Amino acid sequence: MPQVPISWFLMLSAALFALGVAGFLFRRNIITVFMSIELMLNAVNLSFIAFAYQHQQVDGHLFAFFVMVVAAAEAAVGLAIILTVFKNRATLNIDEVDSMKN
Amino acid sequence: MQLWLIPLLPLAGFAINGLWGRRFSKSLVNLVAIGCVLLSFAWVLKTLYGLGDLSSAHVEHYFTWIQSGALNVGCDLAVDRLTAVMLLVVTGVGSIIHIYAIGYMAHEGGYYRFFAYLNLFMFFMLTLVLAANFLVMFVGWEGVGLCSYLLIGFYFDKKFATDAGNKAFIVNRIGDFGFSLAMFLIFVNFHSLDFASVFQQAPGASVATLTTIGLLLMVGACGKSAQLPLYVWLPDAMAGPTPVSALIHAATMVTAGVYMTARCWVIYTHAPAAMHAIAIIGIATAFFAATIGLAQNDIKKVFAYSTVSQLGYMFVGVGSGAFSTGIYHLVTHAFFKALLFLGAGSVIHALAGEQDMSRMGGLRKKIPWTFATMMCAAVAISGVPPFAGFYSKDAILLAAHEYAPWIYWLGVVTAGLTAFYVFRAMFLTFFGDYRGHEHPHESSPVMLVPLGVLALLSLGGGYFFRVPAFLGEFFHAKEAVEDPTLVFISVAAGLIGIALAWVMYVTRPGMADAFAGNVSGLYKLVYNKYFVDEMYDAAVVRPLVGGSRAVLWKIVDSSGIDGAVNGIGAWAQGVGGVLRRIQSGNIRSYATWVVFGSVMLIVAMSLAGGLIR
Repeated sequence: MPQVPISWFLMLSAALFALGVAGFLFRRNIITVFMSIELMLNAVNLSFIAFAYQHQQVDGHLFAFFVMVVAAAEAAVGLAIILTVFKNRATLNIDEVDSMKN
Repeated sequence: MQLWLIPLLPLAGFAINGLWGRRFSKSLVNLVAIGCVLLSFAWVLKTLYGLGDLSSAHVEHYFTWIQSGALNVGCDLAVDRLTAVMLLVVTGVGSIIHIYAIGYMAHEGGYYRFFAYLNLFMFFMLTLVLAANFLVMFVGWEGVGLCSYLLIGFYFDKKFATDAGNKAFIVNRIGDFGFSLAMFLIFVNFHSLDFASVFQQAPGASVATLTTIGLLLMVGACGKSAQLPLYVWLPDAMAGPTPVSALIHAATMVTAGVYMTARCWVIYTHAPAAMHAIAIIGIATAFFAATIGLAQNDIKKVFAYSTVSQLGYMFVGVGSGAFSTGIYHLVTHAFFKALLFLGAGSVIHALAGEQDMSRMGGLRKKIPWTFATMMCAAVAISGVPPFAGFYSKDAILLAAHEYAPWIYWLGVVTAGLTAFYVFRAMFLTFFGDYRGHEHPHESSPVMLVPLGVLALLSLGGGYFFRVPAFLGEFFHAKEAVEDPTLVFISVAAGLIGIALAWVMYVTRPGMADAFAGNVSGLYKLVYNKYFVDEMYDAAVVRPLVGGSRAVLWKIVDSSGIDGAVNGIGAWAQGVGGVLRRIQSGNIRSYATWVVFGSVMLIVAMSLAGGLIR
């Protein structure tokens, strides 16, 4: 049975990661930025799984689970923060949330 | 033989009086201070008695003090014949002066402090003479300098006393610098600082090395023993209490330079040039200081310059290669000069602090015991046979004649000057009519008994303590040649000096002033001590102070050091101001930096060809 080469997985992963970075840098809506972060995390997850399969080792799976746990925790905390920011500032534009400055 | 007890006893006295003396009664302070010095003296006697004839050195090693690479310095004490002589002088004369001080200091403030310092001085002086290596000696050397400073500035509420203390300390520093350099050279060349080891190897070293070491040691000795050109601190040191002048600045500490030179006799005998320098400095100092002594009116100043002059004689002795004669004069000088100072102290005490001889006179009948004892010292210092100074001074002059006749002749002239100024002081103080307004009273027995003991030593010390015979073997010296003619000449010079003083100050009192008026230029020069202090002031002190203000303070400190400190602060602020802009508070700019950093890392890793393992 012909296998899918690992480079395909890696290219897909890199493409997803680049999309995540681009979204993080160029979008202003906090929710979108948040989703971009999730995208980057899952791109990395894809690489982990691909390598784990390639090397027939379980370490990559372990990392993937860790990343998913962290991502879930982050989603919970992050969404809570976003809600609070929106309540206080009535905006979701990331450039307007800069009260740390000065 | 428990040599350590000798210096440790006075140290214990210092500790006890220094810590609790404030709460002690005066008699308890006396008991501690005098008791420990007397015990030390007794222990010296017992030790020397137990050691027999001391034909070889008795060394005691206590512990290793410094061990670092090739440097191995032990805390070692040693007794040989030279040390034995010094021990007896220091503890003997020291005890006498301690007892005298009970009476002299009776009405002074800081009584316990005075005796604590005096005991501390004894500790350091005994360490100095007992040391078996250069470093332990240096400890004593610096320690006596410290005590000298503390005691000169004893009346610390008087500006001139603290100034004099500073002067003594600073001028001594120059000498100590020479001593330290000499020690470095000795260690570099001989890989040891022990006297025994160094002097065993010294004959094998090159003459140039030994001469350098000898000259550097001489600088140290010149500072401590107040020789030209570093003598200036000693006359000012008279600001201290009189027992201090007698003990430290006449009998013991200032002779440390002579002792050290004699101790290093092996080095000097193999470095003739250094010895020649010592002899020349010695005779120059002897003559120079004697001329200044001619015109001083402060009784202690006269004896101070006399001390400088007599120390010059000792240097002539050791410089002529007759080390034992230098030590001989050291011993007799300790007797008669201590007596002169203590007598002067008794006079000052009687006149309630008056030191100016122009306001004395006629005290012979009012304080007869002081007069009688001081007269013994005066004839001893003038070289009148058969008193102490005669033996030692003539031994030096004979050695000097053998070494270089011109030194002998200058020495004879100096002997005449010495007799003149000492008797001038005696006549001005004790003869004629009283010119002051106090009511002189004789001192108490506690002061007079030490004077009496010292008077006996001044009269008989030269005859009974034949130091050259005792030390001749130690220095491998050849037998001195007796020459009656030379002896006669020097004695005659002394007698002429006395006679001249008698004529000028007793039989025709106006003559001295008339003579001074005739040569007023010269008189003013001598009266003002050749303006040496002013010259030093102009040549060293002012440039140093001015330079420190103008260059070190205004330029180096203000612009250089302050500038550097403030500059670093301003630079940090500027850099911070620039870096602050990175912390914009804008998340996307942070993210840009992160991405930028990651990209740069990847690029760098690609260029380097993968992760560095």
